[in-house]
Amino acid sequence: MSTGIQTKEDVLVSTAWVEEHLNDTDVRIVEVDVDTRAYDESHVPGAVGWAWNSQLCDTIRRDIAPKDKFEELLSSSGVDNATTIVLYGDNNNWFAAWALWQLKIYGHEDVKLMNGGRKKWIEEGRPLAKDVPKPSRKSYRAKSPDFSIRAYLPDVQDAVNKASAELVDVRSPQEFSGEILAPAGLPETCQRGGHMPGARNIPWAKACNDDGTFKTSDELRKLYGDQGITGNKPVIAYCRIGERSSHTWFVLKYLLEIRNVRNYDGSWTEWGNLVGAPVERGEAKR
Amino acid sequence: MRPQDHSKRRLTVSGWPVQVVSYKLDATYYCTVDNVSPGAWISRAQGETREEAESQALEKAAEYLSRTRTFSAA
Repeated sequence: MSTGIQTKEDVLVSTAWVEEHLNDTDVRIVEVDVDTRAYDESHVPGAVGWAWNSQLCDTIRRDIAPKDKFEELLSSSGVDNATTIVLYGDNNNWFAAWALWQLKIYGHEDVKLMNGGRKKWIEEGRPLAKDVPKPSRKSYRAKSPDFSIRAYLPDVQDAVNKASAELVDVRSPQEFSGEILAPAGLPETCQRGGHMPGARNIPWAKACNDDGTFKTSDELRKLYGDQGITGNKPVIAYCRIGERSSHTWFVLKYLLEIRNVRNYDGSWTEWGNLVGAPVERGEAKR
Repeated sequence: MRPQDHSKRRLTVSGWPVQVVSYKLDATYYCTVDNVSPGAWISRAQGETREEAESQALEKAAEYLSRTRTFSAA
């Protein structure tokens, strides 16, 4: 009997599993990259490509994809409500995790990440294709959005001012300390550097092995537990624009099964540009 | 088709650690450069040889990385 709680086995599949299911008509494989040109270069055979910066967002105001746009994207991708969606992408699945988070907001039941993402698939020499599939259209109906997994500015302000939640900053130590305003080589997108008062710095990559796969549950429990992230208190993860923190949200929610964890997609591009917002600089205190 | 001749190495470019990944697909070499921490993609290029793909990607990476400003974290 289903408990309604999804676990690692429900949301994570291996590259081998994906290769075995390339022709499974119940499965739709979707690539979501930081660099949207990666899909055009090559992709898992039969995979469709979604662009985070045009298809998985509202292109007028800053927000996730509106419900009608989301339904159209899935319908045109050959996805209906019963389809198993397998997501993967570059940068160890950053934006694949972002897509999974949005799919959960809109209530899609069966969605999984390919462990290790695009990097592992290529390193293992698995098949690639350049042709873009044209899946038969299906009809997708999104559910009313579940924003219990999304943190907004007032939630984060409460976490800072009232310690209502644990804040996990998943950016690099140099971004956390304020030494740099954005990852090296990327455009600066904030007015001030540093971190939210009280936040722990647990960079997203600490949850991964060298091949991009996730560490074991015991290793993850120690990683976050040593920083006081145990699930006894609500958790909010943030980064710069919300994609790296989607990755950490996935880890906390599904691999450690912490019930009350939210992704703050406003992240540092909101907080670091906010007039009067408190900012701490320097290394983590704990 | 399958990726072949996969290569991964670390370098320092414009004072920043980077990871250079390249592989061959059909007759083309593809290269990406990321910034190691946090592992964000910086540049991408392709060429008929690994050297051509990597040199173009590294040239672009050097340009972008040189624009990164650093501040006192104190």
